Amino acid sequence: MAQTLFDKLWQEHLVEEQGDSTDLIYIDRIFLHERTGSIALSSLQADERHVFYPDHVFCCMDHIVDTYPDRSDDTTMPSGRDFIVATRQGAQQAGLTLFDLNDPRQGIVHVVSPEQGIVQPGVSLVCPDSHTCTQGAFGALAWGIGSSEAEHALVTKTLRVKKPKTMRVMFEGKLPAGVAAKDMILFLIAKHGAGGGSGYAVEFAGAAVADLCMEGRMTLCNMAVEFSAFTGLIAPDCKTVDYLHGRPYSPAGALWDEAVSYWGQLPTDKDALFDREILIDCGDIAPQVTWGTSPEQVMAIGGRVPAAGGGEPAGAAISRALAYMDLQPGDYIAGQPIDCAFIGSCTNARISDLRLAANVLRGKKVKPGLRAICVPGSMQVKAQAEAEGLDQVFIDAGFEWRASGCSMCFFAGGEHFGFEQRVMSTTNRNFESRQGPQTRTHLASPATVAASAVTGVITDPREMV
Amino acid sequence: MKKFFQHTGVAAPMIRANVDTDAIIPSREMKRVSKLGLGEGLFAGWRYREIGGRDVAPDFVLNQVQYTGTSIILSGPNFGCGSSREHAVWALAEYGVRVVVAPSFGAIFANNCIRNGLLPLVLDEASIEEIAIWVAQDPSHNQILIDLPKQALCAVDKCYGFAIDAGAKRMLVEGLDAIDLTQTRWDVIEEFHRQRQASRPWLYGG
Repeated sequence: MAQTLFDKLWQEHLVEEQGDSTDLIYIDRIFLHERTGSIALSSLQADERHVFYPDHVFCCMDHIVDTYPDRSDDTTMPSGRDFIVATRQGAQQAGLTLFDLNDPRQGIVHVVSPEQGIVQPGVSLVCPDSHTCTQGAFGALAWGIGSSEAEHALVTKTLRVKKPKTMRVMFEGKLPAGVAAKDMILFLIAKHGAGGGSGYAVEFAGAAVADLCMEGRMTLCNMAVEFSAFTGLIAPDCKTVDYLHGRPYSPAGALWDEAVSYWGQLPTDKDALFDREILIDCGDIAPQVTWGTSPEQVMAIGGRVPAAGGGEPAGAAISRALAYMDLQPGDYIAGQPIDCAFIGSCTNARISDLRLAANVLRGKKVKPGLRAICVPGSMQVKAQAEAEGLDQVFIDAGFEWRASGCSMCFFAGGEHFGFEQRVMSTTNRNFESRQGPQTRTHLASPATVAASAVTGVITDPREMV
Repeated sequence: MKKFFQHTGVAAPMIRANVDTDAIIPSREMKRVSKLGLGEGLFAGWRYREIGGRDVAPDFVLNQVQYTGTSIILSGPNFGCGSSREHAVWALAEYGVRVVVAPSFGAIFANNCIRNGLLPLVLDEASIEEIAIWVAQDPSHNQILIDLPKQALCAVDKCYGFAIDAGAKRMLVEGLDAIDLTQTRWDVIEEFHRQRQASRPWLYGG
């Protein structure tokens, strides 16, 4: 029978059905980070439970580490040291691979894993982090879990999961110039809501997805969770194979050929059926920018924010979001003055993202008084950017150039943007106070954030290049 | 884990869509490597006047005297979306919440609930709205009864049936520990692991 990519991945990892709507699914790779991994490892120790197969468990320090050059375990976030030390000790005690603070491979988990070749087509991979769906871009079964489930995966190398339904989103046509993967996923969420993918594993396909580089595909899958999908995934192709070739954890020699041959069997069969299909014509997509406090409150950059009105709950949600964001109904979103610009996060801090932003910034300066920060997704991305001279482009433009980490994608009690400041951000969540006290976050692509940093107001990047 | 059969309690309406886990427990309130000490940070951004402060915001539903002892939350679609932080569930549990009623839930949040003995109860938007109006008339008196084995929520003057996955129901009703349960299948898991090492050797450093 014709099968989807997702069905093949599920079947590949199905240990057995439990007879109660749950399946026991085998887990190939587990990632932990210091924010939620620390608690999982501490809890295992307290319960005297052991990691079944430590070779397949990897730990990153990314969530609360500082991104200053002279950083140490003593973080700007009060008590951050406890999380770092607990993770390090737990990892050492259990014999796990740790990409520690001063490791040249250190970085954000969903940047490090692909970079090292740890995620591969056909693997199942989990992490107590909602953006684990990023790694579905490789044709992997990758999804975010809680700490208790992480403990379960560590001890049993399995998870008890209800199989989600399948959805395919076809991005057909060609992306217009100045429009990026970030705009594609925000456009989808605008059309179908932040709950639109609820209960589904979502395969992204179509000509525009095939055209994306692996990093763009990761951006697309990264925000599948903002669509409330179980995960996002993309079939492996020659770009996937090229990306993984020669990476530290990629197979080599005869095993490489064997793996590549297996990966070739994974794409969705021609006649396979999905529970739901969505078709998007990419020619219709303009640069997107969020105006509210949910990723679904997003619009084309040339438009006006919606008028409040109607009854509960839709009208009230609009009014509440507009009040929080200090916007008036009917305002043009372009031209709104901003205080800060942030380029970073597991969504948009890979080398291709930094190149896009640098192309906008080259030879320009950020608006005086505006705070602009670039945080590369990993130390390897940072090194690559420096080898290409991109760091100088950012620095000359007036950006702070940082070491890697999740940084101000969220406010953990340490470094943050100022009270009620308006931030253009390449991150994935515009929730209330996400980046600081009462901060007003607008999500957008790296090019849009860079263009806005230069003008000091929300700006369509197509007007800059 | 605490078994879940029946629960009767005060319900607090928080009818808005997309209540995310950052709102349930802001990252800045997750101060220790612990599952405890989180109840105070529950809904901190709405519950207190200032970020990091403890001066209560009188308008927030849980701060109103008639909602004292709230153990059920009524909310809008996609409750618990966003971050995977299980701290959101630990905070709700520590505060005393046992049930969240919403038209849909963030998938990771719903799983985290089941693992901690909380019931994520799915009901349609119109029914929740109806119940919320009734509750608000006299919150301490108009309490809600939830019977999990019967899959019924009783409020106003009737009982609403609700669906729940058989697996989730079993975990809650029997108060099962998922790891213990899975370890009863150890032979099957080890056999699968052995076979996979043979069939996909490149995943095992081979």
